[in-house]
Amino acid sequence: MTAGGEGRRGATIALLSTIVFFTVLALAITHAPGWPEVRQTFFNWQEFKASMPEIARAFLLNVKIFLISEAFILVLALALAVVRSLPGPVFFPLRVLGIAYADFFRGVPTILVIALLGFGAPALQLSWVPLSTTFWGIVALTLVYTAYVSEVYRAGIESVHPSQNAAARSLGLSHWQSLQKVVLPQAVRRVIPPLLNDFIGLQKDTALVGFLGSVEAFKQSQIDAAATFNYTPFVAAAVLFVALTIPLARFTDWLVLRDRRRRQATRV
Amino acid sequence: MRRVPAIVLVALLSILAAGCGGSSNKASSGTTGTAAAASCKKSDLNLVNSGQLTAGTDNPAFPPWFGGSEKAPWKVSDPNSGQGYESAVTYAVAKKLGFAKSEVKWIVVPFNTSFAPGPKKFDFDINQISYKPARAKAVDFSDSYYDVNQALVVVKGTKIASATSIAALKPYKFGAQLGTTSYDYIVNNIKPSKQPAVFDTNDAAVAALKNKQIDGLVVDLPTAFYVTAVQVPNGKILGQFPTVGTPEHFGMVFEKGNSLVSCVNDALSQLRADGTLASLQAKWLQADAPVLK
Repeated sequence: MTAGGEGRRGATIALLSTIVFFTVLALAITHAPGWPEVRQTFFNWQEFKASMPEIARAFLLNVKIFLISEAFILVLALALAVVRSLPGPVFFPLRVLGIAYADFFRGVPTILVIALLGFGAPALQLSWVPLSTTFWGIVALTLVYTAYVSEVYRAGIESVHPSQNAAARSLGLSHWQSLQKVVLPQAVRRVIPPLLNDFIGLQKDTALVGFLGSVEAFKQSQIDAAATFNYTPFVAAAVLFVALTIPLARFTDWLVLRDRRRRQATRV
Repeated sequence: MRRVPAIVLVALLSILAAGCGGSSNKASSGTTGTAAAASCKKSDLNLVNSGQLTAGTDNPAFPPWFGGSEKAPWKVSDPNSGQGYESAVTYAVAKKLGFAKSEVKWIVVPFNTSFAPGPKKFDFDINQISYKPARAKAVDFSDSYYDVNQALVVVKGTKIASATSIAALKPYKFGAQLGTTSYDYIVNNIKPSKQPAVFDTNDAAVAALKNKQIDGLVVDLPTAFYVTAVQVPNGKILGQFPTVGTPEHFGMVFEKGNSLVSCVNDALSQLRADGTLASLQAKWLQADAPVLK
Protein backbone atom coordinates (compact mmCIF):
# COMPACT_ATOMS: atom_id res chain seq x y z
CA MET A 1 0.00 0.00 0.00
CA THR A 2 1.33 3.47 -0.87
CA ALA A 3 1.95 6.09 1.77
CA GLY A 4 -0.85 8.24 0.29
CA GLY A 5 -3.36 5.38 0.51
CA GLU A 6 -2.39 4.73 4.13
CA GLY A 7 -2.91 8.42 4.95
CA ARG A 8 -6.33 8.54 3.28
CA ARG A 9 -7.41 5.37 5.08
CA GLY A 10 -6.23 6.87 8.39
CA ALA A 11 -8.19 10.04 7.75
CA THR A 12 -11.37 8.06 6.94
CA ILE A 13 -11.07 6.03 10.13
CA ALA A 14 -10.43 9.21 12.15
CA LEU A 15 -13.49 10.86 10.62
CA LEU A 16 -15.73 7.82 11.16
CA SER A 17 -14.62 7.23 14.75
CA THR A 18 -15.10 10.95 15.51
CA ILE A 19 -18.64 10.90 14.11
CA VAL A 20 -19.55 7.69 15.94
CA PHE A 21 -18.01 8.89 19.19
CA PHE A 22 -19.76 12.24 19.29
CA THR A 23 -23.09 10.88 18.02
CA VAL A 24 -23.15 8.25 20.73
CA LEU A 25 -22.04 10.79 23.37
CA ALA A 26 -24.75 13.23 22.28
CA LEU A 27 -27.40 10.50 22.28
CA ALA A 28 -26.30 9.25 25.70
CA ILE A 29 -26.56 12.76 27.14
CA THR A 30 -29.84 13.72 25.50
CA HIS A 31 -31.43 10.41 26.52
CA ALA A 32 -30.37 10.75 30.14
CA PRO A 33 -33.39 10.94 32.46
CA GLY A 34 -32.50 14.45 33.65
CA TRP A 35 -31.67 15.88 30.23
CA PRO A 36 -34.82 18.02 29.76
CA GLU A 37 -34.15 19.60 33.14
CA VAL A 38 -30.45 20.11 32.40
CA ARG A 39 -31.25 21.65 29.02
CA GLN A 40 -33.77 23.98 30.63
CA THR A 41 -31.40 25.00 33.46
CA PHE A 42 -28.03 25.17 31.67
CA PHE A 43 -28.74 25.62 27.97
CA ASN A 44 -31.73 27.91 27.87
CA TRP A 45 -31.44 30.09 24.78
CA GLN A 46 -33.79 32.78 26.13
CA GLU A 47 -31.78 33.12 29.33
CA PHE A 48 -28.55 33.09 27.33
CA LYS A 49 -29.67 35.98 25.16
CA ALA A 50 -31.08 37.90 28.10
CA SER A 51 -27.97 37.63 30.28
CA MET A 52 -25.23 37.89 27.64
CA PRO A 53 -25.09 41.71 27.16
CA GLU A 54 -24.61 42.42 30.87
CA ILE A 55 -22.09 39.60 31.31
CA ALA A 56 -20.16 40.81 28.25
CA ARG A 57 -20.02 44.30 29.76
CA ALA A 58 -18.78 42.86 33.06
CA PHE A 59 -16.22 40.83 31.11
CA LEU A 60 -14.48 44.07 30.17
CA LEU A 61 -13.41 44.26 33.81
CA ASN A 62 -11.79 40.82 33.49
CA VAL A 63 -9.90 42.00 30.42
CA LYS A 64 -8.81 45.15 32.25
CA ILE A 65 -7.62 43.19 35.30
CA PHE A 66 -5.81 40.75 33.03
CA LEU A 67 -4.01 43.40 30.97
CA ILE A 68 -2.89 45.52 33.92
CA SER A 69 -1.63 42.60 36.00
CA GLU A 70 0.06 41.00 33.01
CA ALA A 71 2.16 44.13 32.39
CA PHE A 72 3.39 44.15 35.99
CA ILE A 73 3.95 40.40 36.12
CA LEU A 74 6.21 40.38 33.04
CA VAL A 75 8.55 42.95 34.59
CA LEU A 76 8.47 41.84 38.24
CA ALA A 77 8.86 38.14 37.46
CA LEU A 78 11.91 38.81 35.32
CA ALA A 79 13.43 40.86 38.15
CA LEU A 80 12.73 38.04 40.61
CA ALA A 81 14.25 35.44 38.30
CA VAL A 82 17.39 37.55 37.84
CA VAL A 83 17.69 38.00 41.61
CA ARG A 84 17.44 34.25 42.12
CA SER A 85 20.18 33.58 39.58
CA LEU A 86 22.66 36.10 41.06
CA PRO A 87 25.98 34.34 41.71
CA GLY A 88 28.24 34.60 44.76
CA PRO A 89 27.80 34.48 48.55
CA VAL A 90 27.12 38.22 48.86
CA PHE A 91 23.68 37.85 47.31
CA PHE A 92 22.67 34.89 49.50
CA PRO A 93 20.06 36.88 51.50
CA LEU A 94 18.45 38.13 48.28
CA ARG A 95 18.33 34.62 46.86
CA VAL A 96 16.72 33.33 50.06
CA LEU A 97 14.11 36.07 49.89
CA GLY A 98 13.42 35.19 46.27
CA ILE A 99 12.99 31.52 47.12
CA ALA A 100 10.76 32.30 50.10
CA TYR A 101 8.60 34.59 47.94
CA ALA A 102 8.16 32.01 45.19
CA ASP A 103 7.41 29.23 47.69
CA PHE A 104 4.87 31.29 49.58
CA PHE A 105 2.88 32.68 46.69
CA ARG A 106 2.86 29.43 44.77
CA GLY A 107 1.76 27.60 47.89
CA VAL A 108 -1.15 29.75 49.03
CA PRO A 109 -4.36 29.35 47.00
CA THR A 110 -4.94 32.42 44.81
CA ILE A 111 -8.43 33.00 46.22
CA LEU A 112 -6.98 33.24 49.74
CA VAL A 113 -4.37 35.79 48.68
CA ILE A 114 -7.17 37.80 47.07
CA ALA A 115 -9.40 37.56 50.14
CA LEU A 116 -6.61 38.36 52.62
CA LEU A 117 -5.35 41.38 50.70
CA GLY A 118 -8.72 42.65 49.48
CA PHE A 119 -10.33 42.67 52.92
CA GLY A 120 -7.21 42.79 55.06
CA ALA A 121 -5.28 45.73 53.61
CA PRO A 122 -8.20 48.22 53.65
CA ALA A 123 -9.03 47.11 57.20
CA LEU A 124 -5.80 48.83 58.32
CA GLN A 125 -7.76 52.09 57.86
CA LEU A 126 -4.69 53.91 56.55
CA SER A 127 -5.71 56.90 54.49
CA TRP A 128 -3.19 56.21 51.72
CA VAL A 129 -4.19 52.55 51.29
CA PRO A 130 -6.57 52.26 48.32
CA LEU A 131 -10.00 50.80 49.11
CA SER A 132 -10.88 49.64 45.60
CA THR A 133 -11.47 45.90 45.56
CA THR A 134 -10.44 45.70 41.92
CA PHE A 135 -7.13 47.34 42.83
CA TRP A 136 -6.43 44.71 45.48
CA GLY A 137 -7.54 41.95 43.13
CA ILE A 138 -4.95 43.11 40.62
CA VAL A 139 -2.26 43.30 43.34
CA ALA A 140 -3.05 39.77 44.52
CA LEU A 141 -3.03 38.28 41.02
CA THR A 142 0.24 40.08 40.27
CA LEU A 143 1.88 38.72 43.44
CA VAL A 144 0.76 35.14 42.77
CA TYR A 145 1.53 35.02 39.08
CA THR A 146 4.88 36.77 39.52
CA ALA A 147 5.93 33.74 41.57
CA TYR A 148 4.87 31.32 38.81
CA VAL A 149 6.24 33.34 35.92
CA SER A 150 9.59 33.94 37.67
CA GLU A 151 10.03 30.16 37.74
CA VAL A 152 9.39 30.08 34.00
CA TYR A 153 11.98 32.79 33.40
CA ARG A 154 14.44 31.02 35.70
CA ALA A 155 14.04 27.77 33.76
CA GLY A 156 14.79 29.77 30.62
CA ILE A 157 17.88 31.36 32.14
CA GLU A 158 19.17 28.00 33.35
CA SER A 159 18.55 26.42 29.95
CA VAL A 160 21.14 28.73 28.37
CA HIS A 161 24.39 26.77 28.35
CA PRO A 162 27.01 28.08 30.86
CA SER A 163 29.53 28.29 28.00
CA GLN A 164 27.51 31.21 26.60
CA ASN A 165 28.02 33.16 29.78
CA ALA A 166 31.68 32.08 30.02
CA ALA A 167 32.30 33.21 26.45
CA ALA A 168 30.66 36.56 27.10
CA ARG A 169 32.70 37.09 30.27
CA SER A 170 35.94 36.14 28.48
CA LEU A 171 35.17 38.87 25.93
CA GLY A 172 35.22 41.34 28.81
CA LEU A 173 31.49 41.75 29.41
CA SER A 174 30.44 42.19 33.05
CA HIS A 175 28.01 39.74 34.66
CA TRP A 176 25.19 42.22 34.13
CA GLN A 177 26.13 42.89 30.49
CA SER A 178 26.41 39.18 29.77
CA LEU A 179 22.98 38.61 31.34
CA GLN A 180 21.43 41.47 29.44
CA LYS A 181 23.00 40.93 26.02
CA VAL A 182 23.64 37.19 25.84
CA VAL A 183 21.68 35.11 28.34
CA LEU A 184 18.30 36.83 28.68
CA PRO A 185 17.59 37.28 24.95
CA GLN A 186 18.01 33.53 24.46
CA ALA A 187 16.23 32.62 27.69
CA VAL A 188 13.15 34.76 27.08
CA ARG A 189 12.69 33.51 23.52
CA ARG A 190 12.73 29.93 24.76
CA VAL A 191 10.12 30.44 27.45
CA ILE A 192 7.52 32.36 25.45
CA PRO A 193 5.21 29.29 25.07
CA PRO A 194 5.15 28.40 28.80
CA LEU A 195 4.83 32.12 29.55
CA LEU A 196 1.69 32.39 27.44
CA ASN A 197 0.45 29.23 29.10
CA ASP A 198 0.60 30.98 32.48
CA PHE A 199 -1.25 33.94 31.03
CA ILE A 200 -4.09 31.70 29.94
CA GLY A 201 -4.28 30.68 33.58
CA LEU A 202 -4.24 34.33 34.62
CA GLN A 203 -7.11 35.18 32.27
CA LYS A 204 -9.28 32.59 33.98
CA ASP A 205 -8.21 33.56 37.48
CA THR A 206 -9.46 37.12 36.96
CA ALA A 207 -12.84 35.59 37.84
CA LEU A 208 -11.58 35.13 41.43
CA VAL A 209 -11.51 38.90 41.94
CA GLY A 210 -15.31 38.74 42.04
CA PHE A 211 -14.95 37.32 45.55
CA LEU A 212 -14.17 40.84 46.78
CA GLY A 213 -17.43 42.20 45.40
CA SER A 214 -16.19 43.51 42.06
CA VAL A 215 -18.79 42.64 39.45
CA GLU A 216 -16.79 40.85 36.76
CA ALA A 217 -18.19 38.32 34.29
CA PHE A 218 -18.50 35.36 36.66
CA LYS A 219 -20.00 37.48 39.43
CA GLN A 220 -22.50 38.98 36.98
CA SER A 221 -23.43 35.47 35.85
CA GLN A 222 -23.90 34.47 39.50
CA ILE A 223 -26.18 37.45 40.01
CA ASP A 224 -28.25 36.47 36.98
CA ALA A 225 -28.31 32.81 37.98
CA ALA A 226 -29.44 33.67 41.50
CA ALA A 227 -32.15 35.98 40.20
CA THR A 228 -33.66 33.41 37.85
CA PHE A 229 -32.55 30.12 39.48
CA ASN A 230 -31.20 29.20 36.05
CA TYR A 231 -27.53 28.35 35.42
CA THR A 232 -27.45 29.38 31.75
CA PRO A 233 -25.63 32.66 32.61
CA PHE A 234 -22.68 30.50 33.80
CA VAL A 235 -22.52 29.01 30.32
CA ALA A 236 -22.61 32.51 28.83
CA ALA A 237 -19.66 33.56 31.01
CA ALA A 238 -17.79 30.37 30.11
CA VAL A 239 -18.29 31.11 26.41
CA LEU A 240 -16.68 34.54 26.87
CA PHE A 241 -13.67 33.16 28.74
CA VAL A 242 -13.16 30.44 26.15
CA ALA A 243 -13.49 32.96 23.33
CA LEU A 244 -10.61 34.90 24.87
CA THR A 245 -8.35 31.96 25.77
CA ILE A 246 -8.69 29.88 22.59
CA PRO A 247 -6.93 32.42 20.33
CA LEU A 248 -4.12 32.71 22.89
CA ALA A 249 -3.85 28.92 23.19
CA ARG A 250 -3.68 28.45 19.40
CA PHE A 251 -1.12 31.26 19.18
CA THR A 252 0.99 29.44 21.80
CA ASP A 253 0.74 26.18 19.83
CA TRP A 254 1.81 28.01 16.71
CA LEU A 255 4.82 29.52 18.48
CA VAL A 256 5.89 26.10 19.77
CA LEU A 257 5.54 24.63 16.29
CA ARG A 258 7.49 27.45 14.69
CA ASP A 259 10.22 27.11 17.28
CA ARG A 260 10.50 23.36 16.68
CA ARG A 261 10.66 23.83 12.90
CA ARG A 262 13.42 26.40 13.22
CA ARG A 263 15.49 24.20 15.47
CA GLN A 264 15.04 21.21 13.16
CA ALA A 265 15.99 23.35 10.19
CA THR A 266 19.25 24.43 11.83
CA ARG A 267 20.07 20.85 12.75
CA VAL A 268 19.80 19.75 9.10
CA MET B 1 -5.93 -3.05 14.69
CA ARG B 2 -8.98 -3.47 12.48
CA ARG B 3 -10.95 -5.01 15.35
CA VAL B 4 -10.67 -1.99 17.63
CA PRO B 5 -13.42 0.21 16.09
CA ALA B 6 -15.93 -2.66 16.34
CA ILE B 7 -15.20 -3.10 20.03
CA VAL B 8 -15.48 0.63 20.63
CA LEU B 9 -18.79 0.68 18.79
CA VAL B 10 -20.22 -2.13 20.92
CA ALA B 11 -19.08 -0.38 24.11
CA LEU B 12 -20.61 2.90 23.04
CA LEU B 13 -23.89 1.26 22.03
CA SER B 14 -24.15 -0.33 25.46
CA ILE B 15 -23.73 3.11 27.03
CA LEU B 16 -26.53 4.34 24.81
CA ALA B 17 -28.73 1.43 25.87
CA ALA B 18 -28.05 2.28 29.52
CA GLY B 19 -29.07 5.86 28.81
CA CYS B 20 -32.39 4.77 27.33
CA GLY B 21 -33.04 2.52 30.33
CA GLY B 22 -32.60 5.55 32.56
CA SER B 23 -35.26 7.57 30.79
CA SER B 24 -37.94 4.90 31.33
CA ASN B 25 -37.12 4.86 35.07
CA LYS B 26 -37.84 8.57 35.22
CA ALA B 27 -41.32 8.09 33.76
CA SER B 28 -42.32 5.54 36.40
CA SER B 29 -41.02 7.60 39.33
CA GLY B 30 -42.94 10.61 37.96
CA THR B 31 -46.27 8.76 38.20
CA THR B 32 -45.74 7.71 41.81
CA GLY B 33 -45.00 11.37 42.63
CA THR B 34 -48.38 12.61 41.37
CA ALA B 35 -50.28 9.76 43.02
CA ALA B 36 -49.10 10.94 46.44
CA ALA B 37 -50.48 14.46 45.94
CA ALA B 38 -53.93 13.73 47.35
CA SER B 39 -53.49 13.62 51.13
CA CYS B 40 -51.60 15.57 53.79
CA LYS B 41 -51.58 12.69 56.25
CA LYS B 42 -48.08 12.29 57.68
CA SER B 43 -47.72 8.82 56.19
CA ASP B 44 -48.72 10.07 52.71
CA LEU B 45 -46.34 13.02 52.55
CA ASN B 46 -43.74 13.00 49.78
CA LEU B 47 -40.54 13.10 51.87
CA VAL B 48 -36.84 12.66 51.17
CA ASN B 49 -36.58 10.37 54.20
CA SER B 50 -39.88 8.86 55.31
CA GLY B 51 -41.02 9.70 58.82
CA GLN B 52 -38.67 12.67 58.90
CA LEU B 53 -38.95 16.30 57.81
CA THR B 54 -35.62 17.36 56.27
CA ALA B 55 -35.19 21.13 56.32
CA GLY B 56 -32.26 22.93 54.74
CA THR B 57 -30.62 26.29 55.39
CA ASP B 58 -27.23 27.89 54.83
CA ASN B 59 -24.36 27.75 57.32
CA PRO B 60 -23.67 30.01 59.24
CA ALA B 61 -27.31 30.32 60.25
CA PHE B 62 -27.66 33.97 61.24
CA PRO B 63 -29.94 35.60 63.79
CA PRO B 64 -32.64 36.76 63.93
CA TRP B 65 -33.65 33.95 61.56
CA PHE B 66 -31.96 31.31 63.69
CA GLY B 67 -31.09 31.43 67.37
CA GLY B 68 -29.54 29.45 70.18
CA SER B 69 -25.85 28.95 70.81
CA GLU B 70 -23.81 27.42 68.02
CA LYS B 71 -23.52 23.66 67.87
CA ALA B 72 -21.44 21.74 65.28
CA PRO B 73 -21.76 21.72 62.34
CA TRP B 74 -23.72 24.95 62.70
CA LYS B 75 -21.98 28.27 63.22
CA VAL B 76 -23.24 31.45 64.93
CA SER B 77 -26.49 29.76 65.98
CA ASP B 78 -28.26 26.40 65.81
CA PRO B 79 -31.37 25.70 63.70
CA ASN B 80 -32.22 22.73 65.96
CA SER B 81 -32.80 25.15 68.83
CA GLY B 82 -36.27 26.18 67.67
CA GLN B 83 -35.18 29.73 68.37
CA GLY B 84 -35.06 32.47 65.77
CA TYR B 85 -37.89 33.15 63.35
CA GLU B 86 -37.20 30.66 60.56
CA SER B 87 -36.39 27.86 62.98
CA ALA B 88 -39.57 28.59 64.95
CA VAL B 89 -41.72 28.69 61.79
CA THR B 90 -40.22 25.38 60.62
CA TYR B 91 -41.09 23.65 63.89
CA ALA B 92 -44.56 25.19 63.87
CA VAL B 93 -45.16 23.89 60.33
CA ALA B 94 -43.70 20.51 61.29
CA LYS B 95 -46.11 20.28 64.22
CA LYS B 96 -49.10 21.02 61.98
CA LEU B 97 -47.94 18.25 59.61
CA GLY B 98 -47.71 15.84 62.54
CA PHE B 99 -43.95 15.71 63.14
CA ALA B 100 -42.45 15.68 66.63
CA LYS B 101 -39.55 18.06 67.26
CA SER B 102 -37.10 15.12 67.11
CA GLU B 103 -38.39 14.17 63.65
CA VAL B 104 -37.18 17.42 62.10
CA LYS B 105 -33.68 17.12 60.66
CA TRP B 106 -31.61 20.12 59.52
CA ILE B 107 -29.06 19.93 56.74
CA VAL B 108 -26.66 22.56 55.37
CA VAL B 109 -27.80 23.85 51.96
CA PRO B 110 -25.70 26.69 50.51
CA PHE B 111 -27.92 29.20 48.72
CA ASN B 112 -26.33 28.42 45.34
CA THR B 113 -27.23 24.74 45.54
CA SER B 114 -30.79 25.28 46.77
CA PHE B 115 -31.94 25.68 43.17
CA ALA B 116 -29.63 23.14 41.50
CA PRO B 117 -31.55 20.88 39.09
CA GLY B 118 -32.11 17.24 39.93
CA PRO B 119 -33.34 15.50 43.07
CA LYS B 120 -33.01 17.58 46.24
CA LYS B 121 -31.63 16.40 49.57
CA PHE B 122 -34.13 18.50 51.53
CA ASP B 123 -37.90 18.55 51.78
CA PHE B 124 -37.77 22.31 51.89
CA ASP B 125 -35.11 24.97 52.19
CA ILE B 126 -35.80 27.96 54.44
CA ASN B 127 -33.13 30.62 54.02
CA GLN B 128 -34.66 34.09 53.49
CA ILE B 129 -35.25 33.29 49.84
CA SER B 130 -37.49 35.82 48.13
CA TYR B 131 -40.18 34.66 45.77
CA LYS B 132 -39.68 35.76 42.15
CA PRO B 133 -41.71 34.56 39.17
CA ALA B 134 -38.53 33.65 37.25
CA ARG B 135 -37.27 31.58 40.18
CA ALA B 136 -40.60 29.78 40.44
CA LYS B 137 -39.92 28.26 37.01
CA ALA B 138 -37.02 26.26 38.50
CA VAL B 139 -38.37 25.41 41.97
CA ASP B 140 -41.66 25.55 43.84
CA PHE B 141 -42.16 28.17 46.54
CA SER B 142 -44.42 27.96 49.54
CA ASP B 143 -46.70 30.91 50.28
CA SER B 144 -45.20 33.79 52.21
CA TYR B 145 -44.00 33.14 55.75
CA TYR B 146 -42.68 36.69 56.01
CA ASP B 147 -43.35 39.87 54.04
CA VAL B 148 -40.06 41.67 53.85
CA ASN B 149 -38.76 45.20 53.38
CA GLN B 150 -35.24 46.19 52.43
CA ALA B 151 -33.20 48.50 54.67
CA LEU B 152 -29.96 50.47 54.43
CA VAL B 153 -27.09 50.03 56.91
CA VAL B 154 -24.37 52.69 57.04
CA VAL B 155 -21.47 53.51 59.37
CA LYS B 156 -22.09 56.33 61.87
CA GLY B 157 -20.23 59.54 61.10
CA THR B 158 -19.74 58.85 57.38
CA LYS B 159 -21.09 61.24 54.74
CA ILE B 160 -23.92 58.97 53.69
CA ALA B 161 -25.16 58.76 57.29
CA SER B 162 -26.63 62.26 56.96
CA ALA B 163 -28.66 61.47 53.82
CA THR B 164 -32.41 61.66 54.36
CA SER B 165 -33.93 60.70 51.01
CA ILE B 166 -33.46 58.00 48.39
CA ALA B 167 -32.54 60.71 45.86
CA ALA B 168 -29.62 61.76 48.08
CA LEU B 169 -28.18 58.23 47.94
CA LYS B 170 -27.26 58.28 44.25
CA PRO B 171 -23.55 59.24 44.49
CA TYR B 172 -22.62 56.43 46.90
CA LYS B 173 -21.28 52.93 46.47
CA PHE B 174 -23.59 50.20 47.71
CA GLY B 175 -23.14 46.55 48.45
CA ALA B 176 -25.49 43.61 48.70
CA GLN B 177 -25.28 39.89 49.15
CA LEU B 178 -25.42 37.62 46.12
CA GLY B 179 -28.86 36.25 45.35
CA THR B 180 -30.73 38.74 47.47
CA THR B 181 -33.39 41.07 46.16
CA SER B 182 -31.39 43.78 47.95
CA TYR B 183 -29.20 43.94 44.86
CA ASP B 184 -32.26 44.33 42.62
CA TYR B 185 -33.51 47.12 44.89
CA ILE B 186 -30.22 49.01 44.50
CA VAL B 187 -30.15 48.66 40.73
CA ASN B 188 -33.85 49.29 40.08
CA ASN B 189 -34.79 51.85 42.72
CA ILE B 190 -31.73 53.63 44.14
CA LYS B 191 -29.99 53.66 40.74
CA PRO B 192 -26.62 54.79 42.12
CA SER B 193 -23.93 56.25 39.87
CA LYS B 194 -21.35 53.69 41.04
CA GLN B 195 -21.54 49.99 40.20
CA PRO B 196 -22.76 48.22 43.36
CA ALA B 197 -20.53 45.51 44.83
CA VAL B 198 -21.96 42.02 45.25
CA PHE B 199 -20.63 39.66 47.90
CA ASP B 200 -20.85 35.88 48.10
CA THR B 201 -21.55 35.92 51.82
CA ASN B 202 -22.96 38.15 54.52
CA ASP B 203 -19.52 38.19 56.20
CA ALA B 204 -17.78 39.53 53.11
CA ALA B 205 -20.40 42.27 52.71
CA VAL B 206 -20.06 43.27 56.36
CA ALA B 207 -16.23 43.30 56.07
CA ALA B 208 -16.49 45.66 53.09
CA LEU B 209 -18.82 47.98 55.01
CA LYS B 210 -16.46 48.08 58.01
CA ASN B 211 -13.52 48.77 55.67
CA LYS B 212 -15.53 51.58 54.02
CA GLN B 213 -15.07 49.81 50.69
CA ILE B 214 -18.80 50.34 50.35
CA ASP B 215 -20.75 53.27 51.78
CA GLY B 216 -23.97 51.42 52.44
CA LEU B 217 -25.12 47.83 52.76
CA VAL B 218 -28.65 46.95 51.65
CA VAL B 219 -30.16 43.97 53.48
CA ASP B 220 -33.62 42.90 54.61
CA LEU B 221 -34.76 44.83 57.67
CA PRO B 222 -34.54 42.06 60.31
CA THR B 223 -31.00 41.26 59.14
CA ALA B 224 -30.16 44.98 59.30
CA PHE B 225 -30.97 44.90 63.03
CA TYR B 226 -28.58 41.99 63.52
CA VAL B 227 -25.84 43.65 61.43
CA THR B 228 -26.00 46.88 63.44
CA ALA B 229 -26.37 45.15 66.81
CA VAL B 230 -23.61 42.57 66.44
CA GLN B 231 -21.55 42.71 63.28
CA VAL B 232 -20.93 46.45 62.77
CA PRO B 233 -21.05 48.04 66.23
CA ASN B 234 -20.71 51.58 64.84
CA GLY B 235 -23.28 50.90 62.15
CA LYS B 236 -26.79 52.29 62.02
CA ILE B 237 -29.95 51.63 60.08
CA LEU B 238 -30.44 54.74 57.98
CA GLY B 239 -33.96 53.61 57.23
CA GLN B 240 -36.10 51.04 55.50
CA PHE B 241 -37.08 51.38 51.87
CA PRO B 242 -40.67 51.74 50.76
CA THR B 243 -42.17 48.82 48.87
CA VAL B 244 -42.07 49.29 45.11
CA GLY B 245 -44.52 47.24 43.03
CA THR B 246 -45.67 43.94 44.49
CA PRO B 247 -44.62 43.40 48.12
CA GLU B 248 -41.68 41.05 48.52
CA HIS B 249 -41.99 37.87 50.53
CA PHE B 250 -39.85 34.97 51.69
CA GLY B 251 -40.97 31.46 50.78
CA MET B 252 -39.66 28.00 51.46
CA VAL B 253 -38.08 26.36 48.41
CA PHE B 254 -39.20 22.88 47.23
CA GLU B 255 -38.18 20.63 44.40
CA LYS B 256 -40.33 21.51 41.37
CA GLY B 257 -43.56 19.53 41.40
CA ASN B 258 -43.23 18.30 45.00
CA SER B 259 -46.72 17.58 46.34
CA LEU B 260 -45.54 18.58 49.83
CA VAL B 261 -45.92 22.28 48.90
CA SER B 262 -49.71 22.29 49.18
CA CYS B 263 -49.56 20.62 52.61
CA VAL B 264 -47.02 23.17 53.87
CA ASN B 265 -49.19 25.96 52.45
CA ASP B 266 -52.19 24.57 54.36
CA ALA B 267 -50.10 24.58 57.52
CA LEU B 268 -48.89 28.15 56.88
CA SER B 269 -52.40 29.48 56.31
CA GLN B 270 -53.56 27.87 59.58
CA LEU B 271 -50.59 29.43 61.38
CA ARG B 272 -51.44 32.79 59.85
CA ALA B 273 -55.12 32.50 60.74
CA ASP B 274 -54.51 31.54 64.38
CA GLY B 275 -51.98 34.37 64.86
CA THR B 276 -48.94 32.11 65.35
CA LEU B 277 -46.93 33.73 62.55
CA ALA B 278 -47.67 37.23 63.87
CA SER B 279 -46.64 36.32 67.41
CA LEU B 280 -43.45 34.60 66.21
CA GLN B 281 -42.60 37.72 64.22
CA ALA B 282 -43.24 39.88 67.26
CA LYS B 283 -41.01 37.60 69.30
CA TRP B 284 -38.03 37.26 66.95
CA LEU B 285 -38.06 40.09 64.44
CA GLN B 286 -37.74 43.81 64.97
CA ALA B 287 -39.36 45.62 62.10
CA ASP B 288 -39.54 49.24 63.10
CA ALA B 289 -37.35 51.75 61.33
CA PRO B 290 -38.06 55.09 59.63
CA VAL B 291 -39.07 54.78 56.00
CA LEU B 292 -36.79 56.52 53.49
CA LYS B 293 -38.71 58.63 51.00
